[in-house]
Amino acid sequence: MLPQNTSFQERCSTMMIWFSAGLITLVFLWLLGDLFWHGWAQLSWSFLFSSPQNAGREGGIGPILFSTGLIIGVCMTVALPMGLSTAMFLAEYTQDDHRLGRLIRGSLDVLAGVPSIVFGLFGNALFCQAFGLGFSILSGGLTLACMVLPILIRTLEESFRAIASEQRLSAAALGLSRSTTLGCILLPAAIPGLVMGSILGLGRAMAETAALIFTSGYVDRMPESLMDSGRSLSVHIYDLAMNVAGGNPNAYATALVLVGLLFIINFCASWMAEQWTPLNQLPA
Amino acid sequence: MAGSLLLLIVLFLLQESWPAFQHVGLSSYFNDSDWYPTEDLYLLTPMLWGTVWATLGSVLLAAPLGILSALFIQYYAPPLLAIIYRRLIELLAGIPSVVFGLWGLVVLVPLIARWHPPGPSLLAGILILFLMILPTITLVAQTSFAQIPVSFLHSATALGLSRWSIIRKVVFPTAKAGIITGIFLGVARALGETMAILMVCGNIVQTPSHLFDPIRTLTANIALEMAYALGNHRSTLFVSGLLLMAMVVLFVMMAESLRHRNLDAATKY
Repeated sequence: MLPQNTSFQERCSTMMIWFSAGLITLVFLWLLGDLFWHGWAQLSWSFLFSSPQNAGREGGIGPILFSTGLIIGVCMTVALPMGLSTAMFLAEYTQDDHRLGRLIRGSLDVLAGVPSIVFGLFGNALFCQAFGLGFSILSGGLTLACMVLPILIRTLEESFRAIASEQRLSAAALGLSRSTTLGCILLPAAIPGLVMGSILGLGRAMAETAALIFTSGYVDRMPESLMDSGRSLSVHIYDLAMNVAGGNPNAYATALVLVGLLFIINFCASWMAEQWTPLNQLPA
Repeated sequence: MAGSLLLLIVLFLLQESWPAFQHVGLSSYFNDSDWYPTEDLYLLTPMLWGTVWATLGSVLLAAPLGILSALFIQYYAPPLLAIIYRRLIELLAGIPSVVFGLWGLVVLVPLIARWHPPGPSLLAGILILFLMILPTITLVAQTSFAQIPVSFLHSATALGLSRWSIIRKVVFPTAKAGIITGIFLGVARALGETMAILMVCGNIVQTPSHLFDPIRTLTANIALEMAYALGNHRSTLFVSGLLLMAMVVLFVMMAESLRHRNLDAATKY
């Protein structure tokens, strides 16, 4: 806390700061309240499990939840092993000033900033057309995997770097090979970070819309295989709000489901963040 | 791995936009009479202006308010309130853009329409983008305030400076790089934002002349026309994707270099 006194300028600035904080809080409570108010009325168990009818104006979001799950599943199965190996390479096999490591880190920073619509274009060109996958859950998941890789690699790398170097030194002193050290000592110690990184990536993937429209498509049926087109929750909200007259009530309910899921995911991530730090410290 | 992915993305965008460079040429993007892809007219400037004005407006709003609310968290709010307020801002940072778009479409646009029709406008886009980038600017600025060595604040207090003077003369200069980093990251997010802006801006191709004009941004243009675009039209959309990526990458790289400088400066003391 800084000192307080009561000059005119001082009182003005204090008022301004409280006012802007209050204003922002009000606007955001308005947004959340509006979402909750309109969404809650529509929400029920049958809404979650039944299929959409009449272009989504009636019925539920069962198949859409299922497709979202599949897209996220594809995304994570591809992104996790790739992210894990890159993070291991960055943290264990390169020094801070290593040229390749710097290059990789630099391009990760850039990748993290690339707009999602550009990922959508890229996914459409590579997975849908060059690989011939068409509009499918598979191409949507692969596109999302490219999107979440930067955030995933960053968190994983941090968690490897957070492991006390005594652990590596003791392993080396015991004559363990580098790969054994990685597999049996460092990997288990990094598991909390692994979980947290995947939760964060999951959150980002779930919130995504723009990258999915041209890769996983619009179809709101229950998908029969990964090659089918499937609609994610966020695309469903967009479609109901923009293209379907009278779709707003169900759009609100879907938005509430999506925000609720993301809230749970974020809550898990911050809970993990509080839990995992002590695990990596060696007893003194 | 990541480097090759980046290279792959750029290569694919280039490959897909190559026909447009060959058959349409860069000059037509700025000199054609209008945007009518079916008649081979590809004027990109209205969309470019739409993107620029929406981004500029939202950043001009979000930068001061973001800095003020970061100050609120760090120096003004009682501890409990500061934690609650920070949690709220973090929660908002995680809300998907399509939900912001839905709220804008259902609540904000009718409000603006009542005040000055038509509702979907540059103003709606600016307001929604403002809400979306505010958390970024607030959180980055607050982190850099928190990194200021306590001894700075203590010495300033010992000199008898008032709270606002300390903020102006000590906090702002020390945290300058961090604040600017946050703003650049906000700009990058605003430039690349698609869904929310697509839902509230009206999507009419025109260079906006005032706040209540409907606009279409580069990102919205891609999202709207990609579904049916073929040939040169499709390549042109890839060109605009390339353009967007270049702008965003520029801002992200500036932000990153500043952040490293900020960290170096902070560890010196």
